[in-house]
Amino acid sequence: MRGPSIAHIVLVIAVLATVPLLTPSNVVLNFLTVALLIALVGQGWNVLGGYGGQYSFGHAAFFGTGAYVTAILQMRYGVNAWIAFALGIAAGALVGAAIGALTFRSGLKGSYFALVTLAFAEVLRILASVAPITGAGVGILITLDLRPQAFQFQSRAPFYWIVLALLAVSLIIVRLIERSRFGAWLVAVRENEDAAKAVGVDTARVKLAAMTISAAITAAGGGFYVQYFLFIDSGIAYGPWISIEALLAPIVGGIGTVFGPLIGALVVKTLGELTKLIAGDAPGLDLVIYGGVLILIVAFAPHGIAGLLTDLRARFARLRSSVLGRAHG
Amino acid sequence: MLSPVILVPAILNGLLTGAVYGLIALGLTLIYGVLHIINFAHGALLTAATFAAFFAHRFLGLDPYLAAIVLTPLFFALGYCLQRFVIGPAAHGEDRNILLVTLGLAVVIENLLLYAFGADTRTLNLDYAFNVVDLGIAFLALPRVIGFGVVLVVALVLWLILSLTDTGKAIRAVAKEKLDVGHIYAVTFGLGTACLAIAACLLIPTYYVNPHIGNAFVLIAFTIVVLGGMGSVTGALVGGLFIGVVESLCGLYLGESLGQIGIFVMFILVLLFRPSGLLGERA
Repeated sequence: MRGPSIAHIVLVIAVLATVPLLTPSNVVLNFLTVALLIALVGQGWNVLGGYGGQYSFGHAAFFGTGAYVTAILQMRYGVNAWIAFALGIAAGALVGAAIGALTFRSGLKGSYFALVTLAFAEVLRILASVAPITGAGVGILITLDLRPQAFQFQSRAPFYWIVLALLAVSLIIVRLIERSRFGAWLVAVRENEDAAKAVGVDTARVKLAAMTISAAITAAGGGFYVQYFLFIDSGIAYGPWISIEALLAPIVGGIGTVFGPLIGALVVKTLGELTKLIAGDAPGLDLVIYGGVLILIVAFAPHGIAGLLTDLRARFARLRSSVLGRAHG
Repeated sequence: MLSPVILVPAILNGLLTGAVYGLIALGLTLIYGVLHIINFAHGALLTAATFAAFFAHRFLGLDPYLAAIVLTPLFFALGYCLQRFVIGPAAHGEDRNILLVTLGLAVVIENLLLYAFGADTRTLNLDYAFNVVDLGIAFLALPRVIGFGVVLVVALVLWLILSLTDTGKAIRAVAKEKLDVGHIYAVTFGLGTACLAIAACLLIPTYYVNPHIGNAFVLIAFTIVVLGGMGSVTGALVGGLFIGVVESLCGLYLGESLGQIGIFVMFILVLLFRPSGLLGERA
């Protein structure tokens, strides 16, 4: 399969980067910032789930770790916000590597893998809801300090550009993985793990590396969340909502594709906003829509929106060639 | 060490709770045994059943134990239809898809309930809810003793269905041979879901209901199923009783919220080191 080139990625990011210059609307910027955040988190899931075929139901474990480490280092230990953010990503990667090492060494896959990742996220959620260092049931508020060196800004535009930059990095990482030997091994694991093993791929190590990268990207989303909303608690950090959004974005957009999570996040978040517009801010209704979309996509468009577009293009090309062929013949 | 005066009632109460856990796990393991999928919608369906039992009493004045007679076939039908018309067709025969579809169903059901009824926790006030049975060494809540008895009966009935009827034989044949029989799959899913209706009616007299109640139970049920061996009916029951006691004792020593962690930790340990279950054979 041929993915997009680096030039495509640069183009898309450049177009998105102009949005704050075109509109002063905070509503638009806030919407896009959250959508890009979900795209980032979803891109993390996509590395492991989309390319490696290992469906995690507990990516909240990495999101929450990134978020909590960013918040705790700042508020409890006075660490600079940017350094705390970087360490949050590292901590997320570490948690990913640890969970990966345990689960893959035990040979867990399929349903079992989904189940055990879900359980890890739940354990962390319960621990965070009682441990004093995470603020237990109250959560952690980040002190307002609107300076760039504190990773806080007067307006929304810088936040938007930062999350866009993070997303750009993740897109390039995934693009590089896609064309690398490691990427080929990862896809081989997804398609047929036994066959991959038979031809000499160290499948456990490939999956472990994928999980570590996946966790790091998702943890970056968690750290950004804290800086943007200046608050975190156990339900947000380790709750099932983020595990679901993490897998929803790539599945809706196109699982195992570079732009899938971005397309999916934009579509899913638009649906969520439309629901709110129509039905008011009713708790739960947006998630009802998300769950429904998940089922419909699996049932009718297993390759997501990207797959539908590819189909459409192929059909169009066939049509054109048949029309041209007739004209010439 | 705690004295037997505290320990014995804790263990007995753990057994009573564990029986209902066992019933929930029974539904899960039955579905796993035949369809080889983990039904992630199990918890949400339990929540739905608990709401159904709650409103059957609130609006129809049906006692939960009577409601069970109505709700069990209803939830059997619901489970049958879900497998036949949603999960089966949507999954295109791929295990990964089944995971996602049942997860999607869980999200839809749970949040529909949240949307419809809000996040409030509700309880039934039944006049017999606080009746106790005096065993001499321990007082046990009457509804939970009844629950224990019902679970044993249900397990026996289920065992009889599986071992004596033609459908039961077909279910076991499908479980062994992996024949693709849509009807049998749906019947199994229906039976698993019907277990939840009974469990919900047994829980509601002494428990509360809210849109997230199923999650707590289903993770326990996952633990039990893994512990007892995926697909094993006896394993589910024994595992349920065992987990009930463990939870009760953990709660006694560690307090309520950390007691829950005890279960999760055990769950993860079992999954990591003995994924075929403590009683089951190696996969």
